[in-house]
Amino acid sequence: MSQKVLDALKAAHGSAVDRTGSAHGDEIAWIKRDQLLAVATWLKNDAQMAFDAPVFCTCIDWLDWKPLGQPPSHAWTEDKPRFTVCYQLRSFKHRHRVRLEIELPESDPRLPSLTPLWPAFNWQERETFDMYGIKFDGHPDLRRIYLYEEFVGHPLRKDYPKEKRQPLVRRDDLPINPIKRPPMEQK
Amino acid sequence: MGVEITTTRLEDAAKWAKQSTLDKATNWGRKFSLFSYPFVTACCGMEFMSVAGPKYDLARFGAEFPRFSPRQSDLLMVVGTITEKQGPAVKRVYDQMAEPKWVIAFGVCASTGGFYQNYHTMPGVDQVIPVDVYIPGCPPRPEQVLDALILLMDRIQAGRGHSQLRDKREQLIASQNQDEG
Ligand code: SF4
Repeated sequence: MSQKVLDALKAAHGSAVDRTGSAHGDEIAWIKRDQLLAVATWLKNDAQMAFDAPVFCTCIDWLDWKPLGQPPSHAWTEDKPRFTVCYQLRSFKHRHRVRLEIELPESDPRLPSLTPLWPAFNWQERETFDMYGIKFDGHPDLRRIYLYEEFVGHPLRKDYPKEKRQPLVRRDDLPINPIKRPPMEQK
Repeated sequence: MGVEITTTRLEDAAKWAKQSTLDKATNWGRKFSLFSYPFVTACCGMEFMSVAGPKYDLARFGAEFPRFSPRQSDLLMVVGTITEKQGPAVKRVYDQMAEPKWVIAFGVCASTGGFYQNYHTMPGVDQVIPVDVYIPGCPPRPEQVLDALILLMDRIQAGRGHSQLRDKREQLIASQNQDEG
């Protein structure tokens, strides 16, 4: 649908684009992290692009990903980048859309923030930081947004234990139970 | 119990007062004048509205008036999913309520966490405050809620609510301490 965006992107910033693709009617450009800001600025300001509407920002954790019915070479391995941050952009003016995906290694999950360009990404980047621990350089206020400050870790990472709760309060009014019970087995 | 407990007649209260079982009379008064504080957080709130509305009419049982200040209420209705982040808020609301006070956990989320088994949902509001009556269901039917209210009223009459029992326990401990001292 928006193949012309990808073509223009490759023509203008060929060195920044890792590869491009298309899925379910959405055009995707994999962008190198160090040139993301230049690409995004161009996408916003160029008259032919004019991406004026940020749609969403989120992240994918590929840890231990094994697609069903695909050759094992598609599965995630240690040497592949663990995180993919996605930015979906849209232009009301030209009625086209594009998705930027940035692959990040597990050891250094940081990338430049796009909040200075599109302020609407502010809370979405905070959510991505909260849930996945991705650091956005240049974000004006990178704090947790859903969880509390006391929370340790990032719960939507695949290696966060599914049921690990971090309670803030528990009851203290229970009478001391004189019945001695054997300690519960820890899994 | 039975008839005696569900009675609405003033003569019975007067009889108890004569028999100097005055706490029975006060409990009788309490159970028909519950002031509820709806702590509504999620979808169960819809069902709560239908119970409180004219069709099922919670007001028939005296639990008519939802107060939106914990200071003016003695029945905490925990309606909906409670997250770990909300824990301190629920506890604080409960602490601020007038004594004696009762708690109803409305729906499986408030009772046990329901189908949320994850990092953010508290496995039942009884992790932070004592709960008197649990209502299962996702969401519970209004009839279940009315049933739970009758159950709670029986409990209040019998003096077996959590805060009532706690008072009794504290009195007992205090008197034991006096005997020893
Ligand atoms: S018990 Fe069901 S209806 Fe009630 S809050 Fe939980 S999910 Fe919603």
